[in-house]
Amino acid sequence: MALEVMVRADAPIPLDIAFRVAPGDLMALVGHSGSGKTTLLRSIAGLWRPTHARVVVNGVPWLDTAARVDLPAHRRRVGIVFQNYALFPHMTAAENVMAAMDSPDRHEATRILDLVNLDGMNARKPAQLSGGQQQRVAVARALARRPQALLLDEPFSAVDRLTRESLYGEIIALRASLEMPVVLVTHDMNEAQILADRMAVIESGRIVREGSTAEVMADADALRAMGIREAAAMLPAVVAEHLPDGLTRLDAPTGPLLLAGVEAVTGTRIRVRIMAHEVILSRARPDGLSAQNIIAGNVARIVEGRGPAVTVHVAVGAHEILARITRRAAAQMGLQPGDTVHAILKSMSVARDHVARAPRPRRADD
Amino acid sequence: MDWTALWLSLRLAGWTVVLLFPVAVLAGRFLAYRRFGGKGLIEALVMLPLVLPPTVFGFYLLVAFGRNSPLGAFWQTFFGHQLVFSFEGLVVASVIFNLPFAIQPAQRGFEAVPTPVREAASCCGMSPMRSLWKVELPLAWPGLMTAMVLTFAHTLGEFGIVLMVGGSIPGETRTIAIAIYDRVQAFDTDSAAVMSAVLVAISLFTIAVTYWLSARIGRRLS
Repeated sequence: MALEVMVRADAPIPLDIAFRVAPGDLMALVGHSGSGKTTLLRSIAGLWRPTHARVVVNGVPWLDTAARVDLPAHRRRVGIVFQNYALFPHMTAAENVMAAMDSPDRHEATRILDLVNLDGMNARKPAQLSGGQQQRVAVARALARRPQALLLDEPFSAVDRLTRESLYGEIIALRASLEMPVVLVTHDMNEAQILADRMAVIESGRIVREGSTAEVMADADALRAMGIREAAAMLPAVVAEHLPDGLTRLDAPTGPLLLAGVEAVTGTRIRVRIMAHEVILSRARPDGLSAQNIIAGNVARIVEGRGPAVTVHVAVGAHEILARITRRAAAQMGLQPGDTVHAILKSMSVARDHVARAPRPRRADD
Repeated sequence: MDWTALWLSLRLAGWTVVLLFPVAVLAGRFLAYRRFGGKGLIEALVMLPLVLPPTVFGFYLLVAFGRNSPLGAFWQTFFGHQLVFSFEGLVVASVIFNLPFAIQPAQRGFEAVPTPVREAASCCGMSPMRSLWKVELPLAWPGLMTAMVLTFAHTLGEFGIVLMVGGSIPGETRTIAIAIYDRVQAFDTDSAAVMSAVLVAISLFTIAVTYWLSARIGRRLS
């Protein structure tokens, strides 16, 4: 059950894009507004018809302009969460969900609403729900369609930060049970890195970089080319202990990490996003420093670009921490691959929404 | 009080509403959602009866319905009587001169349904017919209701076109508005006053009911 997409068009914006999403995988299409990512999503759903395109789901063509195949939107088994949810305002939450079912079933609607933590809200109209709750109804409605592809169009952009953090957790938890390919359109690199398995960076209608989230997010130059200073590493960790001073001790493969404001019970598996430009490197283990996290590792490679900065990949066991430092600093330190360095990270430099629940492992059979 | 005329007016208004409703839904929806060359011209044509003097419009309808016109000739051979000066002729004329009152509010009603909501209906697997029934009609309802009420009230009050196309045949084409005119011409101002008051009461009642229903729907949607 894979999704294959090829789209070429000249208007409304030039597009020349092809990608494939494996079943159960979440692909993030990231890019600035106007880059064409939403148009791409709309052509998968059948809401827009490009000049030349092929959309194949499970080997079945939904759209193939060369072969004159073009299923109307209502005959494509697609679940879509719109940016502003587009719920049916005259229907209750349960009716919204049932509207997407082939044979409406109130029990099934309740089950799906429970799945997105909306139990007890069945009889509410969209206007009586908060933004986060409306988003959950929209997700429930998309799932009720039993989609062969799930499309999320900036689904978190209309809610506040706190709600967004909890919704990330829910999407991650939900994904363990989803077997269809998922496409997430977003301009938020953090969101993409926390939620996605793979990323495609879209710029002016073209994919400028595609790969696993870790690969793309480590490619500082590709990111910088798009005006994004957001190279970052992702570390898995387990919440070990909430300390009385408000910090939380995490057990990470790179050793213990002290972070502020982690809201998860002890034992929770989480992922921490560490921004490359927040990391300082030191050859000697520093002493008398305010930063709480000092992680020893070896320089795996140094990636130079055109700018004044380099990205140093520091291997710590099987994982990598990225440090974005100046070319001048790297030269002064005489950094070479294989050298032992200490990566220094302030507890306060990891933003709350850069910590998220880790996805449950899925069967990797495709 | 000419009860026959009142009953005729109500029947005329009722038939007009019944026949125009599907037209208003289809045309209003089409004009609201589609973009095409010449759309402005179509919209202008629909609005034309609003600005033409009723006598001018009535004159053209009279010519179009006459025995020498294709429509008039067809009617004559098919139904055995002429279209002008008949109740059926009045209904056809009424449907035509009410087009702007029905289509315009219906179009506004459909335009008020957000595009993403309609797209969501498609992505929920609803066919265009099902989307119309389950999503668009309930949301466009205030506009459609306005369309029907305006049509009904306007038909009760129309005078010039009815006189041109129908004349004033009692029980066939003499509506209450024409009956009032006849009574005034005959210096029977008492009857004219009663009938006018009845017409005012009916119109007021219709519009009041509409406002009440619209408010209820408004509450239901928000």
